[in-house]
Amino acid sequence: MAGQTLAQKILSAHAGRPLSIGDLAVINIDYVLAHDTTTAWAIEPFREIAQKVFDPSKIHIFFDHAYPAPNLQVAEMHRKIERFCKEQGIKINYDGVCHQVMAEKYSYPNTFLLGADSHTPTGGGIGAMCVGFGSTDAAVGMATGKIWVRVPPTIRINLNGKLSPAVYPKDVILNIAKDLSAEGANYKVVEFGGSAITDFDVPSRLTLTNMCAEIGAKTGIVPADSQTKRYLEQHNRYKPFEELRSDSNAEFESVLDYDISKIEPMIACPPDIDNDVPVSQIEGTPITHVFLGSCTNCRIEDLAVAYKIMKGKKVKEGVKFIVTPASREVYDSALLNGFLMEFSKMGAVIAPPGCGACLGRHMGVLGDDDVCVSTSNRNFTGRMGSPKAKIYLASPATAAASALEGKIADPRKYLH
Amino acid sequence: MARIWKFGNSINTDLITPGRYNITTDKRELAKIAFIEHRPEFSKQVQPGDIIVAGRNFGCGSSRETAVTALKECGIAAIIAPSFARIFYRNAINQGLVLIVADEKFTSAVEEGHQLEIKDKQIVNLTTGSSTSAVVSQMLLTLKEYGGILEFLKKHDITEFEKLVR
Repeated sequence: MAGQTLAQKILSAHAGRPLSIGDLAVINIDYVLAHDTTTAWAIEPFREIAQKVFDPSKIHIFFDHAYPAPNLQVAEMHRKIERFCKEQGIKINYDGVCHQVMAEKYSYPNTFLLGADSHTPTGGGIGAMCVGFGSTDAAVGMATGKIWVRVPPTIRINLNGKLSPAVYPKDVILNIAKDLSAEGANYKVVEFGGSAITDFDVPSRLTLTNMCAEIGAKTGIVPADSQTKRYLEQHNRYKPFEELRSDSNAEFESVLDYDISKIEPMIACPPDIDNDVPVSQIEGTPITHVFLGSCTNCRIEDLAVAYKIMKGKKVKEGVKFIVTPASREVYDSALLNGFLMEFSKMGAVIAPPGCGACLGRHMGVLGDDDVCVSTSNRNFTGRMGSPKAKIYLASPATAAASALEGKIADPRKYLH
Repeated sequence: MARIWKFGNSINTDLITPGRYNITTDKRELAKIAFIEHRPEFSKQVQPGDIIVAGRNFGCGSSRETAVTALKECGIAAIIAPSFARIFYRNAINQGLVLIVADEKFTSAVEEGHQLEIKDKQIVNLTTGSSTSAVVSQMLLTLKEYGGILEFLKKHDITEFEKLVR
């Protein structure tokens, strides 16, 4: 009999019975996540099937997609959600992008998170099974504490070797997206392994798992280990966890091996995630904006990389450089260690923690013919504003180098 | 006869209901923003019973359920594509919007103005004479009979889902 994958083990534990790949099961969920857009759409479906949420302490509602409200319409949606949460005894979180705050404060190895947001897989960087759903499912989860799932097949990706200077996990996952395509992992789990993964800290892992959403995956996951323990300890919430692993004879749909020492800085050209080329190939393309932000890449480690490249220099005249820390924790650390002051002196605009410009709703909406290098996860047409704008996705290092030069720039000349 | 609306590959949810417009819970308002920038004439001309034929990975991107709600509210009878993105597919199952997986050779040859007939797990292009098998999730069809997952949950406990929905 074939062994079990990590995802299979987590789902079986939540179903209370052993599950095979392809099985349909109703499972218990550990927590629900929704935000200032998806919660609004979940309220009416919820009222159709329930009066009270199953457990208000397990429901995490974030105001991050457009907070503070940029207009009356959003303000009214916020008010609607606040009334609902007050009535249900749910505490709203205003501390930044939901996925980043979940990682800092709540996500735990081997748990199952139902998240009403496509980038929910981010929490897989902590060894949790975090799956994105729509608002009807969020309503079902909030009402019952349960959800239906089908047990997905797993693609195992082994990362080996060491990253070259100026190359980051974002470059690794863009490389994987190029190889697998935007639907290469549709309905599947992407499980990361290999010697390089052992070296990657949790913030690096969160970038990998975050982007699994962009290749269609049901989720991405990095098995919890000593790096996970260290991260949880840093956040004062470590409790012993079982180091669950896929069995050695587990049934993987495919196994891919990468030597990451061969990867160079990558960039996703508009309008799709799998349209990736080495940065060196399109160096010199003029830009108007740089967005250093989002749940993909605006943790304190990302700000440190950008700072290292930009220290003592100025943002190129005419470039709008928008820095949006992913969470209040990141924002406060960056205030304390002076990054924000330094970025401001360089000419950056510092936005409050949240999703910011990523989804084109406020704080950096792109106009016709604007060209943005963004550290976020989507370069779809119209994603950040005008359908005539162009979005390139890259690492914080490439974004920083590009901000200095006013054109797409290879960060390797700044970091040796 | 139903009008065919033809779309390409990777039609993402930002094209279906763009983030900047996607800030209402009013279903009729959502129907008005369907493809508002990608195909501005869509929401003005679409009629109940119309069919969307698209390329691979339809509905990729954000989890926003408005993409399904808006197309359902526009009266779209079915979306036919070689593949659908996971969350969009799931949202459609829950809401009972019919998604049909069909061979890419067949879908790519369909043009606007063609007439399609869907019956007995077959799609026939009446204009060209070609046909292909139509794959529809049994779970979707079962939930559609109930009127969607919310209607199912009004009658049954969620733990009965595994028994009643296959």
